[in-house]
Amino acid sequence: MTVFHAELAGVARTYPGVAGHPAVHALGPVDLGLVRGEFFSVVGPSGCGKSTLLEVLAGLSPASTGTIVFEGAPVAGAVPDGIGVVFQEDASFPWLSVWDNVAFGLRRAGIEPGETERRVREAIAFMGLKDFAHAYPAQLSGGMRQRVCIARTLVLRPRLILLDEPFGALDAQTRLLMGDELLRLWRETGATVLLITHALDEAAMLSDRVGAMSARPGRFIDIVETGWPRERDSRIVAQSGFGKITGRLWTSLREESLKALGHAHGAAAG
Amino acid sequence: MTAIRRAFDVALLLAVLAAIWQGLYMFAGDVAIASPAETVRHVFVLLERPRFWGHIEETLSAFAYALVISWAGGVGIGVWLGAHRLSGEVAEPILVALYSLPKVTLYPLILLVFGLGMPAKVAFGAIHGIIPVTIFTMNAVRNIRPVYVKAARVLRLSPQQTVTGVLLPATLPEVVSGLRVGFSLTLLGVLIGEMFASKRGLGFLIINAIGLNDVETMMAVTLLLFVFAAAANAFLLALDRRLHKRV
Repeated sequence: MTVFHAELAGVARTYPGVAGHPAVHALGPVDLGLVRGEFFSVVGPSGCGKSTLLEVLAGLSPASTGTIVFEGAPVAGAVPDGIGVVFQEDASFPWLSVWDNVAFGLRRAGIEPGETERRVREAIAFMGLKDFAHAYPAQLSGGMRQRVCIARTLVLRPRLILLDEPFGALDAQTRLLMGDELLRLWRETGATVLLITHALDEAAMLSDRVGAMSARPGRFIDIVETGWPRERDSRIVAQSGFGKITGRLWTSLREESLKALGHAHGAAAG
Repeated sequence: MTAIRRAFDVALLLAVLAAIWQGLYMFAGDVAIASPAETVRHVFVLLERPRFWGHIEETLSAFAYALVISWAGGVGIGVWLGAHRLSGEVAEPILVALYSLPKVTLYPLILLVFGLGMPAKVAFGAIHGIIPVTIFTMNAVRNIRPVYVKAARVLRLSPQQTVTGVLLPATLPEVVSGLRVGFSLTLLGVLIGEMFASKRGLGFLIINAIGLNDVETMMAVTLLLFVFAAAANAFLLALDRRLHKRV
């Protein structure tokens, strides 16, 4: 029997109705087991519950049904030690310099100053922010601010890193390069990574496994094993197998994406 | 270089204002307005009179009390209304209506409640300043980006650490903007209060000088108040800009 690093069993999430609006069944039920050290991506149509899945797994949002287990302990009500999250939105603190942003979590956790300085220096160098350590987020591009957020997560040495469309706002070329950095980070830290993305090529390039989700309420309709070696980078997009993976993902998702569009049209018409 | 340029710009602005003032003086004559040179000279004459310092002390005391009430009250009420959605939605239209209301219409009521003297001036100053501080603070709390709160949870901050390390700095720029507006309006309120029902203070001196057609005193006190308000506002504006530059 496989012992998963993190596991969701029968997890569903329904948002209660507010101000006359009906309750929204956003997710599941889903079952998912993440193997320690793997890179797993989740793709699916807009509004299918991908971000909800991440928030439930992180302990940021409660599951309506089902159980979530991280390193053998149930996740409920709080973010467990060992989980780091990078959000789609820029979450860097604009009132702090890059250095202070990255050091923020360590200082609040009471880590000894010498150790804090060492870890921050390493993370800043790793994310290529050395020349901007004393800059403020407002002085950086969107991609660099996202790197600050990744560095802030990294210094806490998470064993499970959850990324919610972290490169969603970046152009295609920058996303490929950020993908390379993400792969390097994954290899060097040995962490388990769960990436939420709407880009099939990004998921196919980065992941060991890709889960395709149905339209809302999101369920896994296909899980594709990419078979890529651990040592890989963005150049694999030129390999013949890459097209097969994205093709299979699109075959699974096309109907679901049409359904999601139909929902949107129906809602607009109604 | 920037500092020299800024100093030059300020000097140029002051020179232009003085030239306009001098032009008005030449146009209207000394029955209506004192010349810049005569006004400055009269400022020094007033500053040599011990009784004048009593009036300054009176105004500054009233202003200090009123400012503490408007800033502390405005920030406290603003935080509450920003954090509690229903209270904020109920209070906002009332606050906006009160903000546009000429407060002088409330002065008879304030005099009936507080009587003549310091308490009425303080109350009148405070009601001028507290509303903008409340509105700015309420909006600052409402506009906190939810992702900061999520980031605080992911960083496993305690509630106290979340408030001091994330929520407070996130709201500070807008709150300081509110404090700046509150500062000017509180001063205005105190001076109006002194002009309408007081026997002491700089507002009283101005209205008394208007009654006696003592143009020099009227202009000299106004100039002093202008210098004080401009200096304090310049400091708060610099702080405001510094905080907003980072956001």
